[in-house]
Amino acid sequence: MTIFQELGRRTLLSVERLGRASVFLSDVLAGSWHLLARPSLVVQQVYAVGVLTLVIILVSGLFVGMVLALQGYNTLVDFGAESSLGLVVALSLTRELGPVVTALLFAGRAGSALTAEIGLMKATEQLAGMEMMAVNPLTRVVAPRLFAGIIAMPLLAALFTMVGVFGGHFVAVGQVGVDAGVFWSQMQNGVDFYDDVLNGVLKSVVFGVVVTWIAVFEGYDAVPTSEGVSRATTRTVVTSSLAVLGLDFVMTALTLGEL
Amino acid sequence: MLSRKWLETLVGLFVAAGIAALAVLAFKVSNIKSIDVAGSYRVELRFENIGGLKVKAPVTMSGVRIGRVAEIFFDKERYQAVAVLGIERQYDTLPVDTSASILTSGLLGEQYVALEAGGSDEYLKDGGQIKLTQSALVLEKLISQFLYNMAAKPEEKK
Repeated sequence: MTIFQELGRRTLLSVERLGRASVFLSDVLAGSWHLLARPSLVVQQVYAVGVLTLVIILVSGLFVGMVLALQGYNTLVDFGAESSLGLVVALSLTRELGPVVTALLFAGRAGSALTAEIGLMKATEQLAGMEMMAVNPLTRVVAPRLFAGIIAMPLLAALFTMVGVFGGHFVAVGQVGVDAGVFWSQMQNGVDFYDDVLNGVLKSVVFGVVVTWIAVFEGYDAVPTSEGVSRATTRTVVTSSLAVLGLDFVMTALTLGEL
Repeated sequence: MLSRKWLETLVGLFVAAGIAALAVLAFKVSNIKSIDVAGSYRVELRFENIGGLKVKAPVTMSGVRIGRVAEIFFDKERYQAVAVLGIERQYDTLPVDTSASILTSGLLGEQYVALEAGGSDEYLKDGGQIKLTQSALVLEKLISQFLYNMAAKPEEKK
């Protein structure tokens, strides 16, 4: 009996959390027009979540592209199809790996930092202090971070994809000896701007919204103790990674139209 | 903490780099220029069999790409496949007796439409039709023909 009680309690709790997160998001968005008066708040947060995440994104993109080229070459060379290597690398990166890996890294690097920051503000009663001064923490603290995440994520994904393609080029042309002209021309023939590139950008925008939303909500909703903040940070990374992977499957199925 | 000016410069650089990356993806990776079928005129072709020809497959003349396949459908009255080609406006001097065939690039490559100019003085116009067409080679038919010939040969020798 207690197992069922526990199960029901947990289900109700997660439904309640989802509802609270939705109300939270609409509150933040409703007050976000205040940001038009102070865009520098957003710029500051773009620096924190975007520029500081740049290094890990660029390095990962480079290595993902290089590994893709190496693995793809070893498989394709058996069929004498190594000329399609550029296409394989570019399609995997623009459609899937670019947005998804960037979102996972973004959740780990920027999402966790957002949760910890807002959670600590709550634990040290800075948010309550703001309310005392009639400053709404949702518009002063949360909204700039949310918009910064939504702006930074697609840019990071585009950079990841571009660096990955050049990493693939470095291995394919420089190391295993695929002809450079064939590498690029196959890629340009096979990659469609609307179906592949814009589809990837759309995915990265959606992931940006979801990851940042989860991160700021977990921070704002954290139990204001050191343990609570640490658990909220963990939850941010776990929940947003799962959400990214699940949404990715749904969006791919929708755009390819095979479900 | 960084000074405000530095911070804004770095964020500006970041945004510019991200947009530049998108531009690279658009022009270098996906070659957005070659996709437009808008600046082209349409020519209709009828085939008995188009094999594996796909929409957006290249249309070439002497091996140079001059357009793309814009549309493929089946004519249910004449039981033929119809391929509509979009040919770039600058190549508007194709004779009306141009012939078309569906070829394969390489052994396992994708199929494309190859045009060969005729000798007429009249040129194809938008909505025109190319009458001389050669269908795609279907590998199974080719093999069965070959086997049939092989089986027939020994009898000829007697």
